[in-house]
Amino acid sequence: MAAAAARHDDPNRAARPDGGPVIRLSIPLRQALARLSLPVLIAAAFGTMLLGKADTMLAERVRMALADALTPIYGVLARPVAAVRDTVAEARALLEMRTENARLRDENEQLRRWQAVALALEAENAMMRRQLAFIPDPAPRFQTARVVADGGGTYARAVLLAIGPEHGVRKGQIALDERGLVGRVTEVGSRSARVLLATDLNSRIPVTLEGSRARAVLVGTNGARPRVQYWPEGVTPAEGERVVTSAEANAFPAGLPVGVIHYSGSGAPEVEMFARLDRLDLVRLFDYGLSGILPPESVARPEPRESRPRR
Amino acid sequence: MSVHGKPEPAPGLLRRLDATARATFPVAFTALLMVLAAAPVGPPGLVWAVALPCVFFWSLFRPAYMPPLAVFPLGLLHDLLSFGPLGIGVLILLITHGLAMRWRRALVRRSFLVVWLAYCGFALGAGGLGWVLQAVLGWRVPPIAPGLNAVGMSAGLYPSLAWLLGRAHLAMLHAESAA
Repeated sequence: MAAAAARHDDPNRAARPDGGPVIRLSIPLRQALARLSLPVLIAAAFGTMLLGKADTMLAERVRMALADALTPIYGVLARPVAAVRDTVAEARALLEMRTENARLRDENEQLRRWQAVALALEAENAMMRRQLAFIPDPAPRFQTARVVADGGGTYARAVLLAIGPEHGVRKGQIALDERGLVGRVTEVGSRSARVLLATDLNSRIPVTLEGSRARAVLVGTNGARPRVQYWPEGVTPAEGERVVTSAEANAFPAGLPVGVIHYSGSGAPEVEMFARLDRLDLVRLFDYGLSGILPPESVARPEPRESRPRR
Repeated sequence: MSVHGKPEPAPGLLRRLDATARATFPVAFTALLMVLAAAPVGPPGLVWAVALPCVFFWSLFRPAYMPPLAVFPLGLLHDLLSFGPLGIGVLILLITHGLAMRWRRALVRRSFLVVWLAYCGFALGAGGLGWVLQAVLGWRVPPIAPGLNAVGMSAGLYPSLAWLLGRAHLAMLHAESAA
């Protein structure tokens, strides 16, 4: 198209400004001026560069004045652009809605199946309990306490809880957050309590591997993931297997969710804790009335203990 | 075609307005495009990518309406809009204008493709010159990618811009031959 335009173009004609300059100059002089203007302007460009380098404030001021003058234009311009952008985003969301819907429908179906399974199991459970004259566990009492400090004290991985003066918290109570096991209360003051987290080096928690029902011990390492040790022969903890507490040693109730098995890089089975131990804010302290292995007191208490106290 | 050599009639007000509008159109349109391209919604480097084709096109096809004296403020506008070091755009546009003027006899009657290829060469050279100037003025090595990006963008924009400007150019020719 430009070429088509070019064919119409005539160099002589284009060199002659239409509209005509008001001051009539002789043609050679005008040509000389035209030839001279470019070098002069290029020199001026270098001058502008130097000026911009020497007086940055001036450039900045001019720039801001220009920007101020242009801002209303951009403001008006931004509206249709924003409208187009919104429309595009809307269209994209609509397109994605189909796949999202399909996914949600699938998930819903799956959840419905699970719900059916759960209801069936619940009914079966109720029936069996009736037949066995099963005495259910009493619903444990609990109180919620705020975590006020991390670490400190004797243990590397422990948190301090603020509790009221008439609290009734005692040693050996079990702390859970909204997802799973956190640890156990080891020290109780008049307004505070300390909870030893399951990740502490000194923490030993009897657990059950839910898939194989095998007993094991959860051993803290001071790292984010405690290790699983002492599982019986013939059983290997499977990757992704759920780990729950075991009622052995009468320190924990059975079946509190702890985490899932995850093999470390070195091949040792570790537990990815359900509880978010690195950002605890509120924990619930459950009183299961258990008096298994309790942490040692500075003054010996007449409670049953093992020969080597663990907590 | 045989329009030149025709004596100009004494211009009436309307005709004079018309002529003025025609004479100012290239520069005004370029400035407007640059201002629009500088809107904060577009990609960076768009101002440069828009200014260079306009200056190149008008310097090639209608240099009388894109004199160096108009290229200078356009370059200044570019530098102010693009927040780069002052003077780089001025120099680049002036040199582009000068080279396009020098080679216009060779280029102006070629096919569009040749002109476009020539423009790509101009854009690359201008990008390289800008990079060197930035390095010298800022005294550090600037990244190459944004410059290449702008060169590519301007080379890609040239056909559509040239089409638009070519239409305007034809319309001007018609108006002039009618006058």
